Amino acid sequence: MEKEILSFHPDDRFHAFLTTVPEAPFSRGRLSGIPVAVKDNISTAGIETTCASRILKGYIPPYDATVVGLLRKEGAAIVGKTNLDEFGMGTTTENSAFGPTLNPADPSRVPGGSSGGSAAAIAAGMVPMALGTDTGGSIRCPAAFCGIVGLKPTYGRVSRYGLIAYANSLEQIGPMAGTVTDTNLLMEVISGYDPRDSTSVDRPYRHTPTPEIRGVRIGVPEEFFGEGVDPRVASVVWEAISLLERKGAEVITCRMPSMAYALAAYYVTCTSEASSNLARFDGIRYGTPPDTKKTWHESFQERRRQGFGEEVRRRILLGTFALSSGYYGKYYAKAQAARGNVRADYERLFSEVDVLAGPTMPTVAFRLGEKSDPLSMYLSDILTVPANLAGVPAVSVPCGTLDGLPVGLQITGRWFEEEQVMDVAYAYEQGAKP
Amino acid sequence: MVSENDVEHIAELADIAIERDELEGFTTRFNEILEYFDLLDQVQGEASTGPETCNILRGDEVEPSLPQDSVLANAREKEEGFFKAPRVM
Repeated sequence: MEKEILSFHPDDRFHAFLTTVPEAPFSRGRLSGIPVAVKDNISTAGIETTCASRILKGYIPPYDATVVGLLRKEGAAIVGKTNLDEFGMGTTTENSAFGPTLNPADPSRVPGGSSGGSAAAIAAGMVPMALGTDTGGSIRCPAAFCGIVGLKPTYGRVSRYGLIAYANSLEQIGPMAGTVTDTNLLMEVISGYDPRDSTSVDRPYRHTPTPEIRGVRIGVPEEFFGEGVDPRVASVVWEAISLLERKGAEVITCRMPSMAYALAAYYVTCTSEASSNLARFDGIRYGTPPDTKKTWHESFQERRRQGFGEEVRRRILLGTFALSSGYYGKYYAKAQAARGNVRADYERLFSEVDVLAGPTMPTVAFRLGEKSDPLSMYLSDILTVPANLAGVPAVSVPCGTLDGLPVGLQITGRWFEEEQVMDVAYAYEQGAKP
Repeated sequence: MVSENDVEHIAELADIAIERDELEGFTTRFNEILEYFDLLDQVQGEASTGPETCNILRGDEVEPSLPQDSVLANAREKEEGFFKAPRVM
């Protein structure tokens, strides 16, 4: 295939990128010549992929993730790898081993996380679209904080092959862009069946969003506006929901009691999966090698202490503890029961309404360094984790500002009904245009 | 409540070294988070197995995969086409 070259030399003052490709090749296709950024936990053949971790510094994947192959096939120019919280573990991108990304809307604030680099690159105008990954809100949170659009697809609709896994049962790769139309286009390109991902489902996404939402039933769970949600954020989001009502949607308040346990269930599940997943990082097949003169355990422990940041080590420890003999029933088994309740709540709600709406995040973007203790950072994920526990699709679309900082409206839909979710997001985006 | 000794033991199980000066901080954070996890004691219901799953293993036929030199390309310690690892015993 004939290749052309896109020259890419951005002014990366917000530290959105970990690696850039100054001469990015591209070909013909639906994304021909469009610069697309890729979160640095997604494998790119020949381009360093670090997960923002010292343990993977220098790692050059020998193969492309399926989504990256699909981007290249449609002619996209892969222009760089974006910053993230190490292995995706965080809500601010401050947990990157290579320094934080700043929020283009206010550089004294975080861009959200963990796909903060991708969101900042789009918000700063360096690229029109990017790939992120969402384990507990990692696409939607930075989309909300930076004022862009981000979609977490239904579990299984986008291949995870080549995604460096952290919590397999929760995470999905998804599209991020400045507009609903661009997000939609990127979702069309990356979705589809992949035999190399055993959880892949053959439900390709082909859709042109329509702003016509007359008769769409929008459920608003009271819990989405509960404790911890800044009342001023709530009021911006309610205004957005009113706009949808004026466009002909029917707004119905409802309850989602499983939310009370969703966050604890999420953190037990993701740390448990992390403790198993991250055992592979021993420096033997890639990364900085262990000292082969020492015993396995000595060199392995030393390597991992040097290579992993504090939050990564904390999550591995928490997960190891939650799965350890004597505690499994108290933590992991209970978390799976809570997860089942979340799924059951969505099933019940989606028999009554077509989508759910609420804020993406309980607050606007935090100041850098503001969330210094891990538990308070975890608590800010309360509105995004339920969708990951159940595997349903959810989009964050910008719905105004508070003191100049972006606020996101989150629309959640039935399994494999991204089409409906994107229509409501599009209706809001078009309706809110001045 | 878990003690500093417990955290050290878990770190040993997980092959994560913790320095002495980090131990107190890790233990404090650990207990804060575990206290929050205690919420789960109130959860009713059985562990869900998720949506119905079925076996999708493919036939045992050789398909194209990465060549050996690509697989070894990122390893610093290797010998005669093998990864070199620390001794186990």
